[in-house]
Amino acid sequence: MATPRIIVVGGGLAGLAAVIKIAEAGGSVDLFSIVPVKRSHSVCAQGGINAAKNLKGEGDTTYKHFDDTIYGGDFLANQTPVKAMCEAAPAIIDLLDRMGVTFNRTPEGLLDFRRFGGTLYNRTAFAGATTGQQLLYALDEQVRRHESEGKVRKFEGWEFLSAVIDSKGVARGITALDLRTMELRSFPADAIILATGGIGAIFGKSTNSVVCTGSAQSAVFQQGVTYANGEFIQVHPTCIPGEDKLRLMSESARGEGGRVWVPRTAGDKRPFKQIPEAERFYFLEEWYPKYGNLVPRDIATRAIHKVVFENGLGLDGQPMVYLDLTHIDRATLNRKLEGILEIYEKFVGDDPRDVPMKIFPGMHYTMGGLWVDANQMTNIPGIFAAGECEYQYHGANRLGANSLLSCIYGGFISGPNALSYAKSLPAQEGDGGHAAELARQAAINDSLLHNEGTENPFKLWRELGDVMTKHATVIRYNKGLQQADEKIVELLDRYRKVNLSDKSQWANTSFAFARQLKNMLELARVVAQGARLRDESRGAHYKPDFPDRNDEQFLKTTKASYTGDIIGPRFEYEAVDTQFIQPRPRRYDAAS
Amino acid sequence: MATKTVLFEIKRQASPDAPAVWESFEIPWRPGMNVISAMMEIAANPLTADGHQTTPITYDSNCLEEICGSCAMRINGKARMACSALVDNLDQPIRVEPLSKFPLVRDLQVDRSVLFENLKAVKAWVPIDGTYDLGSGPRILPQEQELSYPLSNCISCTCCMEVCPQFNIDTGFVGAATIAQVKLFNNHPTGKVLKEERLRALAGDGGIQECGFAQNCVEVCPKGIPLTNTISNVSRDVLLQKAKDFLRG
Repeated sequence: MATPRIIVVGGGLAGLAAVIKIAEAGGSVDLFSIVPVKRSHSVCAQGGINAAKNLKGEGDTTYKHFDDTIYGGDFLANQTPVKAMCEAAPAIIDLLDRMGVTFNRTPEGLLDFRRFGGTLYNRTAFAGATTGQQLLYALDEQVRRHESEGKVRKFEGWEFLSAVIDSKGVARGITALDLRTMELRSFPADAIILATGGIGAIFGKSTNSVVCTGSAQSAVFQQGVTYANGEFIQVHPTCIPGEDKLRLMSESARGEGGRVWVPRTAGDKRPFKQIPEAERFYFLEEWYPKYGNLVPRDIATRAIHKVVFENGLGLDGQPMVYLDLTHIDRATLNRKLEGILEIYEKFVGDDPRDVPMKIFPGMHYTMGGLWVDANQMTNIPGIFAAGECEYQYHGANRLGANSLLSCIYGGFISGPNALSYAKSLPAQEGDGGHAAELARQAAINDSLLHNEGTENPFKLWRELGDVMTKHATVIRYNKGLQQADEKIVELLDRYRKVNLSDKSQWANTSFAFARQLKNMLELARVVAQGARLRDESRGAHYKPDFPDRNDEQFLKTTKASYTGDIIGPRFEYEAVDTQFIQPRPRRYDAAS
Repeated sequence: MATKTVLFEIKRQASPDAPAVWESFEIPWRPGMNVISAMMEIAANPLTADGHQTTPITYDSNCLEEICGSCAMRINGKARMACSALVDNLDQPIRVEPLSKFPLVRDLQVDRSVLFENLKAVKAWVPIDGTYDLGSGPRILPQEQELSYPLSNCISCTCCMEVCPQFNIDTGFVGAATIAQVKLFNNHPTGKVLKEERLRALAGDGGIQECGFAQNCVEVCPKGIPLTNTISNVSRDVLLQKAKDFLRG
């Protein structure tokens, strides 16, 4: 038979990792990306990538990495794939090193490692504070090499719209929109891999990049792909609030010794240097003596919330706390953290080597995503998923520096699996559903362009972001989640009256955005309703009315399916694979 | 009380063939706002300063943290990233234009794919044997890493090419960013296996000898990459390579 053709959607770490494996195994790949792949959101990851290489004589093992990840995720992740990922991690670091990633080094020329949240080991390899950028570039370079040898075709500036699914329910390709010419086309494939990243835009402002709308995931969800654990949203404890986005201040700042504090007295107006040690409240160190500033992100985020909103100790009465590096010498800071210190300097104007940074939690990551099996395939044959857009590796809370790992690992697993699936795929009947899917998409485009009404999609988006951030992030109440869902239904109704101020057919960004917005709204319901139904607290999902983890009822994966009804998605629950580590209470404040 | 506002003048062009026009905008000021947040505001309220209905502005952007390299444009005449252009630090009206050395797509969006083609031409990668497990990579001393790391920080924004007097259709000059990548991969213990090929790629027309040493590139680089030093360095390597190839006949 002819060489199988695989379509990979998304050119971040997961997508590029999949492309490399397929090209290496002799398959042909079409790679689709909204932005030139070198500009993908993976570049924003700062702190590092985890692997239990045990190069510091601490007795670290891949099993301890596995245990930290499961425990950090509050036992919600299926254990078999997580175990396999942690076991594969050291070889992945070696490979990245061979590709030329400029990892920081020890005096002996070996890889240096630092500590990150949720572990007691120095397990995080890093390239300054721009690790994601360096990793993405390494994979981008390898893909460019395959591209120059004709094994990969890039479609940059194309946006995925939908999967093409045949009469037997099997994927046969995709439809996509050329964001420059606005041409709608379908592309045949024997298997497709979605590696389309996060969903930050659903929350308005987040640490995510502009393209992280979750639109692709939502599109296939509406075509029948199951979405899992959507309610688990990571709010990163240390962000720089901004007008256009929330900028991440990496966990590596704390990994290198950064301390979080507020003045003990509310409204203390003294400059930080005049506040003596005894009058500073290092609340993470006091509440969590063993892990200190390196508790997992959900714990740190709730602690900051408590200090600001319950204890009223935010700086100047504002929702902000100090993240302080001023006790560390400048040379060390420049060698290990320069990239993130520059971000703070450029966007805030203060030098964090001289004054403590002012930070606050912000929406950062979705642990939930498309449901996949052990081969990274969704419930629709031929649709695979890898990276942040799938749910598999982080349970109820992701540990820092595990995302780069899960992206590359997921890509490495999905690529060869998609190829072997494609090799045994029976030929399609007729056109495989291409004409029908193209017609469906053309009709959606047409109605959007000819809508009469008064709604502006960017304004609807702001309202969505506000309601999701208010009700579906750090602290959740069923009443608020109910209100959020009702608001989304209202927005979906108003969406029908969207009138685009730009109806042209050339590089029309508001048209592309309006299409994404519809998908954001549909996916937001999965998050809000999933959260409302889960009456417990686990990892990043915290309900004051149900403050404890309830394994009996909720040690289960949430699975949402699209119904098209006004009531929203249908939910069911699936048992979690806990065959290696027995669930135990998750207590970072305990001495043990 | 009148709210404080910010004045913008933005160059618009509906398509490559359409005429360019300037539109003025008056946007509510907010603390910490950058040029990108002003454009987000225009998308939500597409009205010019004199009250005319217009369209949202087309521009490239993604990370908004000056690390993806997308949002390069000319702001008050200077090539820079729009995300890190804080409104409070800019003279008003803030004049925003597309980069001038690349094919225009629409408004502030241009086609910079030439850089990625150049990276292909100089084989800017480490040619590993395969992705299977072959053990650890080569040992690299911290001093060497500290030389390579700044070069690998290049975000492909193309600001260095925009401000280079030699980067134009006549010379076909490859530009500083690509030359820095040649240096990066020629430095790498495994990457240097392609060193001669990379140097030869920079030896012909449009190669490194087109550099007129105006030094604009190093001044404009948002990542502070030591571009002029690197160019001198690679320039010497290219000459040596030419001499070697000549002697080999």
